[in-house]
Amino acid sequence: MENKAKIVEVKNLVKNYGTFCAVKDVSFDVFENDVFGFLGPNGAGKSTTIRTILSLIKPTSGTINLFGKSLIDNRNFILSKIGCIVEKPDFYKYLSAQKNLELFARISGNSITKLKISELIDFVGLNGREKDKVSGFSHGMKQRLGIAQTLLHNPDLIILDEPTTGLDPQGIIDIRNLILQLKNEKNKTVIISSHILSEIELIANRMIIINKGKTLVQGGVSELLNSQEIIVVFKVDTVDKALFLLQQSSFSNCEITLQDSSILIHTSTDSIPIINKLFCDNDINVSSIETKRKLEDYFLRLINN
Amino acid sequence: MIIKSTYNELLKIAYKPRSYIGIAGIMIIIAIILFAMKVDGSFYISLITGQFEQSLLFEGTILNGNLIAYIIIQMLIIHVPLLIAFVTGDLISGESAMGTIRLLLTKPVSRNTILLSKFFASCIYTFIVILCLAFMSFVLGKLFFGVGDLIVLKSDGLIVFQENDITWRFLYGFAIAFLSLVTVATLALTLSCFSENSIGPIVTTMGIILLFTIIGSMDVPVFDTIRPFLFTTHMAAWRFFFDDPLNMTHILYSIAILVAHISVLLAIAFYKFNKKDILS
Repeated sequence: MENKAKIVEVKNLVKNYGTFCAVKDVSFDVFENDVFGFLGPNGAGKSTTIRTILSLIKPTSGTINLFGKSLIDNRNFILSKIGCIVEKPDFYKYLSAQKNLELFARISGNSITKLKISELIDFVGLNGREKDKVSGFSHGMKQRLGIAQTLLHNPDLIILDEPTTGLDPQGIIDIRNLILQLKNEKNKTVIISSHILSEIELIANRMIIINKGKTLVQGGVSELLNSQEIIVVFKVDTVDKALFLLQQSSFSNCEITLQDSSILIHTSTDSIPIINKLFCDNDINVSSIETKRKLEDYFLRLINN
Repeated sequence: MIIKSTYNELLKIAYKPRSYIGIAGIMIIIAIILFAMKVDGSFYISLITGQFEQSLLFEGTILNGNLIAYIIIQMLIIHVPLLIAFVTGDLISGESAMGTIRLLLTKPVSRNTILLSKFFASCIYTFIVILCLAFMSFVLGKLFFGVGDLIVLKSDGLIVFQENDITWRFLYGFAIAFLSLVTVATLALTLSCFSENSIGPIVTTMGIILLFTIIGSMDVPVFDTIRPFLFTTHMAAWRFFFDDPLNMTHILYSIAILVAHISVLLAIAFYKFNKKDILS
């Protein structure tokens, strides 16, 4: 990580709306060629943080540096290197897809030819519909147009705020593949926000989880999700007996909780056959064994709450 | 960047159907006035000149293109602000309502440039509306009713302007009418910075014009001190060019008040737009 350039550096970001604190002391770094996942339930403060990075919202306190420069002092330079979709891709409905792209190309900071616009329309699969008014576009088509708009000026950093919301399964796969293509083939840095952990897991290499405006955890996706410790859920016919056996065994140090007819043990994958054998040898019928990663369970509980 | 951004704003206005409602409205109203004057114009004129027929002898065609243009401007200057506000009140709030403001403000263009380009686009749109008004009233009026001296009814009597002394008065009159409409456009644009929907700024602009016009027309001493400073008082300043002799003090004072309103409103708009958090 050390040899990679820091593209985004957010330090102690706070945003208050009157007495309501939308973002409380959030700090994170995004490095070159990262796909950085921004995860949190609805209302966690993801969009506020992203809007602050894009200068749409002024922070109450904290510092934001992009490409090694302060956002406050170098707004136009920084924005010329960013392509983004914030929340949903809204365009001028009374203009055609091509006219919309031409309009944004004109103020994107770089000289963008009509050929480049045609190539992008082709790239996102909207060829043949470029002369149609956006008012007739489906959400998926608008999302594709949003991606084309994002790539217009060949930005170094791409910020996508919940890009798969409202898309059909194929659309989600297309967006996912596109992000990976941007990272792998075009060497772009991508920040993607989502409230779906599995989505982030599939494409991001680093991530942050925030809730109620606070950072809960951040780091490498593989380290965070594939840590040795997992939660194993044994569904058994006699929970009390199973609990007693575990407390008498070498697993007595593990965190054990009961949930209906299931027993939840915080342990490692290697322990599963040993515990299963212990139960079977003591005439406890095991009807199912399910594993949960600790972070996933934590995140799901967060979402459900 | 300001030129590119202004071009974009003009493009948006040009492609928005609502932009043509104003121009179409003016054309329809003028067409109706021209038709009515062609059919019943002499009756209308006799209402004006009737009181002077005992003491004055009118020769030639009083109902000519110049008088028609004067009547049309007098009638339309009340309605045109609504048509202008209809477009300019939507320039920022419409972007918020549509969600395009998010995209627009993440481009490497400063908020000042975006607002300034919207202001310039408002001015150009207002100019086009005034041009339509001028063409329809002045050119078509002359085409259908011919030329001749202009008789203007004032509170203290009639003023007759010779045919060769009229065109420049109309040109300057349109120029000052443009300035007053730019004031309305700026008011609508400023209110647009405070709103997330298109209707609010348009209705509020009309409400302010209505309120100020009522205050300006009420003959109550308490309003005497504020009346000279209301922009609505100076929206009819184009009529000063149809005084003889010209009262330059009145004209310059009206221009100063309108320019001051534009400047103050723009300053408020810049402050608000720069401070605004984009939450839509």
